[in-house]
Amino acid sequence: MYQPIHELTDAYRRADLTPTAVAEAYLARIDALDGRLGAYLTVVRDEALAAARESELRWRAGAPLGPLDGAPVALKDVLCTRGVRTTCGSKMLESFVPPYDATVVERLRAAGAVILGKTNMDEFAMGSSTEHSAFHPTRNPWDLARVPGGSSGGSAAAVAGGLAAGGFGSDTGGSIRQPAAFCGVVGMKPTYGRVSRYGLVALASSLDQVGPFARDVRDAALLLGAVAGHDRRDATCIQAPVPDYGAELSKGVAGLTLGLPDEYFIDGMDPDVERAMESRTRAAGFGAEVKRRIMLGTYALSAGYYDAYYGKAQSVRTLVRREFAAAFARVDLIVAPTTPNVAFKHGEKEDPLSMYLNDVFTIPGNLAGIPGISVPCGFSVTGLPIGLQVLGRPLDEPRLLRAAYAYEQATPWRSRRPELT
Amino acid sequence: MIERTDVEHVARLTRLALTEAELERMREQLNSILAHLDTLRAVDTEGVEPTSHAVDVVNVMREDEVEPCFPQDAMLANAPDRSGELFRVPRILED
Amino acid sequence: MAVTPPGADVNPDRYEVVIGLEVHAQLRTRSKMFCGCPTRFGAPPNSQTCPVCQGMPGVLPVVNRRAVEFGIRTALAFHCRVNAACRFARKHYYYPDMPKNYQISQYEEPLAEDGFLEVDVDGSSRAIGIQRLHLEEDVGKLLHEGTIETAKASLVDFNRSGVPLMETVSRPELRSPEEAAAYLRAFRAIVVYLDVCDGNMEEGSLRCDANVSLRPRGAAELGTKVEIKNLNSFRNVERALKFEVARQTAALAVDERIVQETRLWDADREVTRSMRSKEYAHDYRYFPEPDLVPLQIDRRWVEEIRAELPELPRARRQRFVSRYGLSLSTSDILTHHGPLADYFEAAVTEFPDAKAVSNWILSEFLRVLAGGDERVLSMKVPPRNLAGLLRLIADGTISGKIAKDVFSTMVDTGEDAPTIVRREGLTQVADEAVLDGIIDAVMAANPKAIEDFKRGKTAAKKALVGQVMKATGGKANPALVDRLLEDKLSKIQT
Ligand SMILES: [Zn+2]
Repeated sequence: MYQPIHELTDAYRRADLTPTAVAEAYLARIDALDGRLGAYLTVVRDEALAAARESELRWRAGAPLGPLDGAPVALKDVLCTRGVRTTCGSKMLESFVPPYDATVVERLRAAGAVILGKTNMDEFAMGSSTEHSAFHPTRNPWDLARVPGGSSGGSAAAVAGGLAAGGFGSDTGGSIRQPAAFCGVVGMKPTYGRVSRYGLVALASSLDQVGPFARDVRDAALLLGAVAGHDRRDATCIQAPVPDYGAELSKGVAGLTLGLPDEYFIDGMDPDVERAMESRTRAAGFGAEVKRRIMLGTYALSAGYYDAYYGKAQSVRTLVRREFAAAFARVDLIVAPTTPNVAFKHGEKEDPLSMYLNDVFTIPGNLAGIPGISVPCGFSVTGLPIGLQVLGRPLDEPRLLRAAYAYEQATPWRSRRPELT
Repeated sequence: MIERTDVEHVARLTRLALTEAELERMREQLNSILAHLDTLRAVDTEGVEPTSHAVDVVNVMREDEVEPCFPQDAMLANAPDRSGELFRVPRILED
Repeated sequence: MAVTPPGADVNPDRYEVVIGLEVHAQLRTRSKMFCGCPTRFGAPPNSQTCPVCQGMPGVLPVVNRRAVEFGIRTALAFHCRVNAACRFARKHYYYPDMPKNYQISQYEEPLAEDGFLEVDVDGSSRAIGIQRLHLEEDVGKLLHEGTIETAKASLVDFNRSGVPLMETVSRPELRSPEEAAAYLRAFRAIVVYLDVCDGNMEEGSLRCDANVSLRPRGAAELGTKVEIKNLNSFRNVERALKFEVARQTAALAVDERIVQETRLWDADREVTRSMRSKEYAHDYRYFPEPDLVPLQIDRRWVEEIRAELPELPRARRQRFVSRYGLSLSTSDILTHHGPLADYFEAAVTEFPDAKAVSNWILSEFLRVLAGGDERVLSMKVPPRNLAGLLRLIADGTISGKIAKDVFSTMVDTGEDAPTIVRREGLTQVADEAVLDGIIDAVMAANPKAIEDFKRGKTAAKKALVGQVMKATGGKANPALVDRLLEDKLSKIQT
């Protein structure tokens, strides 16, 4: 259950494995383990098996749709799926069944991926621990007493625990990279505008990006390649052609200059107000963290405070972008820890501010719109994974992936597995 | 410092019906968060243009072409309440 | 809520009336502002929607280029400055006609600013300043279940949600309800001329809110303003503003403070009513729309649009007076609506007697049209055919009276005039020998009329002409009949 996607598809090609058998094995493992892990909010067994059978026919006919055909993946429940409820981890959307697919979902289906289900998250992606889901918390496969990080904790835990071969999340301030670091998997936030946001329920529209969780860097490259590229339904999506990320990996790191910053950047705030429902149900429908953020965002935008908070934050954002631009004039890539700490215990961070500060190493990348990837880089004395973050210039995902791949190939970390039975 | 009246005002704007205890806790938490933001406010941003978008893209427009709508039933399916072809919502008083 | 009826006993000249209008015009694009759903009016409820215009979670807007073009076209006609950079903003408020709880509008950098609109009141012309013109999306339509008093629920139709709206805000420079109505008329004429809005107020294509205040004559400072909503016809604009001016005048007369508020015009009761005080309603918490990138309006695009601007009603009216020698009032009617003016000019190129053409258009054409669409009628009777009809009158083939019947047939069948005249044998009887016989017979049959005429009743002659026309089925040449009859009667008298 810990094979990366590219090995699975190699096995499909050789007919050593079939997509149906793999999908069934994953569904069985979800049945067996997810009661404890809490990675999923919705499992779509029938749809997954149907998609796997179709994939199997294509492989048998020697005409797969590409390197993701038959790959079992998990989607954060913030990505709209046609006919499958999309809750954003909130009671408010408990029974929301979108009549449309997010562009990312559309592209994954077109690539033959087998969607296993929708994964848990902090309500409306507001959180860094997946404790703030309105349904149940998700646990870290390496230590069930600890959080998987968040807000995309469900997808991270699913991939780390072998409950999906790959996954997708969204990253607004670190919500892919931080849980990837906490769970010991690869997590990537692409350049802002690289992947369409159409169908991604917004947390902060100018920071959000969809990105993959993967067993290894090669899978991350394949997953990103399947969903990246221009989408006419997203006005903020970049027109640039999509490179063959998989082919980039073998180019090596010779000549790349890396920067290791002594200090990190300042903290930022996010005042976007989450879209919300009708007034009567607002009090009952939202959890405490969501209410807090609605209050904070509303306060920051209300009459007389716009300049002091929102306007100020936008100006500071300009400074952050300038600092990155200056750094990238000297180096190709910046290397830094993904998080200031390893996975913490459930309930450990009660104070909202200390939770927000968990994003301190990741959010500058979102403010600047640059790509970032977290790869496993070792374990703490307590046996918890640690993530290394690589940041690059806008649209420089190829070099980012090359560096991450070279690091991964040179280190033994990805062979370690959580004990989850 | 956010006063209790500020919290009440913001709560009204958000349509969140907060309890007494929530209002008080909210006041404390917002104050602690905003105090942290003072570090942000201390940054010199004199003459610095605000950034509202992470990409420097402009003029993205679509042509004025009609595309198929979604079926009426599909669009009404998520309605908490409906009356025939219409969404039904609690009455809003205008006067 | 104290409503003072109008007509209170105060000197109306003590105060100066200050009115500003906000006009919302639905743009005639094919698709909506931010999605591809059609904008057609009158479809079954909620049949013209998609996740974008219903504001479902996860959707993103994309700007309709033609809506921007229409905005620029209008801005140029209003002599506005089209801003080089403009952006959209979110305007937050809670209302069930707008499920995403914000409207995409424009705030700090609107599409255009600082223009004017020329308005005619009582024969004189005034330029009313336009402060800004911006684009936004329309919201859904709310209907009440049952009557407004007893309704427990509201019903929502989102077909209208996302239709492009252009909001134009005038400066507070209108000085009377009449002037405000004239402004709205001029506004409507222009947007209809530009073909950016159908101007249909009943269907809500054009909607108007007003800000009204009074100040002591000569004062520089503006008084407390009251916003009036729901002014959805020219008549209502004038009536509501008259009521409101009277209400405020009466209040000021007894030193009552004017409350800054929003009032709703109740057209049935003919009063403005205070809407429940929304003390927090105006904190819209605008911020730049992050899902849309800024627009940098290319100067070349603006100049292209400017080059394609049609001649506007006022300029055209002036030209009709100077070039065709028409009266100002005739020109005004002809130029009020572009297609009608186009029709007139096309007919005049075929039949250069501009007065005859304008007379026909003002009488028969508009009568048959009866408020319908010129374009439909002009397809049945193209300008060329109207000119053909006028030629038949001019060369004496048919009388003006017969021509009216021929015109009706033209409208019904779409045939040209000569075809109808030929088929129905309507050619005028202008043969003196034929008419002689008929006139003699008529005179013999009407001895009393002859007697009356002899006694000096000239009206008797008219009766005889009528009889001759009747006897010829209206086909006799009236001028010839008149002359022949005159001859015969004068012989009798001597
Ligand atoms: Zn739509």
